[in-house]
Amino acid sequence: MKAFAHLLERLAFTAARNAKLRLLRHYLEQTPDPDRGYALAALTGDLKLRAVTPALLRGLMAERVDAQLFALSYDFVGDLAETIALLWDTDQDQDVPLHQAVALLSNTGKAGLPAAIADMLDRLGPSQRLAFLKLATGNMRVGLSARMARIALADMGPPEVKDIEEIWHGLTPPYQPLFDWIGGGARPEHAARAPFRPVMLSTPVDLDQLRAFDPTDYTAEWKWDGIRVQAINDGNTRRLYSRTGEDIGKAFPDLLDALNFDGALDGELLVRRGEDVAPFGDLQKRLGRKAVGRAMLESHPAGLRVYDAMIWQGRDLRDLPHQDRRAVLETADFGSDRIDLSPLLPFATWDDLAALRADPPSVVIEGVMIKRRDSAYVGGRPRGPWFKWKRDPMVVDAVMLYAQRGHGKRSGFYSDFTFGLWDGPQLVPVGKAYFGFTDEELRELDRFVRNNTTERFGPVRAVAPKLVLEVAFEGLNASPRHKSGVAMRFPRISRIRWDKPVAEADRLETLKDMIP
Amino acid sequence: MRADQILHPTEAGLYCPPGDFHIDPVRPVPRALITHGHGDHARAGHGAVMATQQTLDIMAIRYGEDFTRTRQAADGVTRVGNVEVSFHPAGHILGSAQIAITPDKGPKIVVSGDYCRAPNPVCASYEPVPCDIFVTEATFGLPVFRHPDPLAEMTRLIASMAEFPERPHLIGAYALGKAQRVIALARQAGIDGPIAIHGALQRLCDFHVEQGIDLGPLVPATAKEVDAQLVIAPPSAFASAWVQRFQDPVIGFASGWMAVRARARQRGVELPLVISDHVDWPQVTQTIRELSPDEVWITHGTEDGLMRWCEMEGFAARPLRLVGYEDEPE
Repeated sequence: MKAFAHLLERLAFTAARNAKLRLLRHYLEQTPDPDRGYALAALTGDLKLRAVTPALLRGLMAERVDAQLFALSYDFVGDLAETIALLWDTDQDQDVPLHQAVALLSNTGKAGLPAAIADMLDRLGPSQRLAFLKLATGNMRVGLSARMARIALADMGPPEVKDIEEIWHGLTPPYQPLFDWIGGGARPEHAARAPFRPVMLSTPVDLDQLRAFDPTDYTAEWKWDGIRVQAINDGNTRRLYSRTGEDIGKAFPDLLDALNFDGALDGELLVRRGEDVAPFGDLQKRLGRKAVGRAMLESHPAGLRVYDAMIWQGRDLRDLPHQDRRAVLETADFGSDRIDLSPLLPFATWDDLAALRADPPSVVIEGVMIKRRDSAYVGGRPRGPWFKWKRDPMVVDAVMLYAQRGHGKRSGFYSDFTFGLWDGPQLVPVGKAYFGFTDEELRELDRFVRNNTTERFGPVRAVAPKLVLEVAFEGLNASPRHKSGVAMRFPRISRIRWDKPVAEADRLETLKDMIP
Repeated sequence: MRADQILHPTEAGLYCPPGDFHIDPVRPVPRALITHGHGDHARAGHGAVMATQQTLDIMAIRYGEDFTRTRQAADGVTRVGNVEVSFHPAGHILGSAQIAITPDKGPKIVVSGDYCRAPNPVCASYEPVPCDIFVTEATFGLPVFRHPDPLAEMTRLIASMAEFPERPHLIGAYALGKAQRVIALARQAGIDGPIAIHGALQRLCDFHVEQGIDLGPLVPATAKEVDAQLVIAPPSAFASAWVQRFQDPVIGFASGWMAVRARARQRGVELPLVISDHVDWPQVTQTIRELSPDEVWITHGTEDGLMRWCEMEGFAARPLRLVGYEDEPE
């Protein structure tokens, strides 16, 4: 578990994605089975262990450390598992295999658990103690998604990410067949029903680029601002996957119940009230929940708008042209009024489509999707068959208030900017942006921050409110958690307004009026 | 004479009336005894300074030869006013010393300054000095602080350099003491190629070499292209544009505080290295047990934890709450 502890520690302090991927790949290459499989499962949240409660851990400490010293220590460290890992008094530092720790946490009965945990902690050095306690409390927090874990796996051997995604949900820790496959062995059979299938993605386009194509070769439909999902009913095994293959069904039991068909559909998950589609903010309220209350199910009902079919009634349609798959969907019965087909938009020229895009019938539409009629359904992001033509982003002119130093390639540069808008005579922070500018502009922004610093807080500097930034964003949600009451989606700096006086920056009311 | 007639805190720092001197005063005084060369303990502008020869040399390097009107190198037992003083190695940085005060009548007091009991290749080891009153720091005065073997931390650095061979590793270390210790540890751990140092470290590294401490090949990290994967710089350099010459660096920091993740995160560090020049919890408690003084006085740091421990172990203790000293200077 020493190597695992080291990995967790590095991941916790590494912000850059590529560096994280390399750390994980090296670990997986150098660690034997079954430990690497358990580590992978722990990182991707697929390891189901007995959850150890904070009360149990506090109880262990109460027997060992003076209450006052414990309280002072906890207050200083700020994290229970870390405090205990640091306080535990032992001179041992055995390299206990991870699978032993996993076995302890899965097989020990409730009565024996405190003693078993204490016994394990007695054998471990500080970093392993922290890893073990994080495993026990089920809280890794190292900023690594299951998607990234699969990318690291794909870097190790011949299978590609989409191949791994396709079989992922049929596998269980410690993933021996998966590692055998990556090491050159046979591909594991799909054991599970309703597997995830790699999703087909589109590339951005604009009107000038579209003019090179013949509009009659393409269909168009609205691009809805929900969550792209794969909805499957395979012999009554029902699954809802995000486009990166996360199983999100638990948060949407109402939609799972509505999947009364036989097939695998590609569509947009939306909160729908009758004919109306609710804004993304409403959908967000349903995300990430382990259990959904009845009130939430009634006030925020989930639905599916179908874009495409991968499997329908036992037939794999993916190699058919898009228009043939579409023909199947036109006559299909989805078995629930929560599910409907995304209608095609009528257009003869690209200018017709531009006019439709400019005036969509709903605020929850974020542009149009354009698909070649003859396109097969191919996982990944092939260039050409499918385009997304998003609506123009919303913009506000905001004032830079704080800047934070970046990491990795941006080390030494102030590259993360908090910006604000006028609320009466004051500027209130409304968001943070850290991309959208060129390297040259970054150098200019960095120079501005250094020359206009008013206060320093560690890696953060407060800057004199002198510079207006045009901030572009994709959407806006009301958010009680933000001081300003609004949260932007994908904010980025679209222009630096060196020319604009700060008094002419936008007001908070202007932003609030943009909430759908 | 009562203990607090021999030594007591004043606004300028600890003052010894029978000897008429201050120890590590934070403002100019007529007579100062200095434990070590860190900026918060050793300041310029005193009338007379007594310290170890190395500390005097360091003060001259940092503040110029005119940092005091007169100076005297500590050597054996010296009579100052109506007390005898002597300097003993503290194991903190090069030249660091504890100061023992022996009055003609009354308790013997040892002011440890900052001290450390882990082996340190760049300075003499701490030497226990029996006393009636032991004045200790409590920088890491909580039981969560158990500094790991610094060579094991170096192993982590070397592993990271191997894992990311294309990325320069920039390690923040205080210019006096920590920087040279990190370099010496890197040598011990087997890094024998050139190590680049920030310009602010040059003169102090040279001084260590003059004192017979082998730091191996050092190159300046001031050029546009720095030809070394390991770069040592004072922490303040990371906020300056100097960092921008490095492509995708791994930023590390060598400090006892790095044992606590929240502290490491606050600094935006990718590679925290727990390397400290201060006593950790086992060392400070072991020292108090070993010396078994009648009283423990705690100068600065997280004194609440150590106060509680003294209470439980039956040592009379009191906090001096001295101001002007940083937890661990940067």
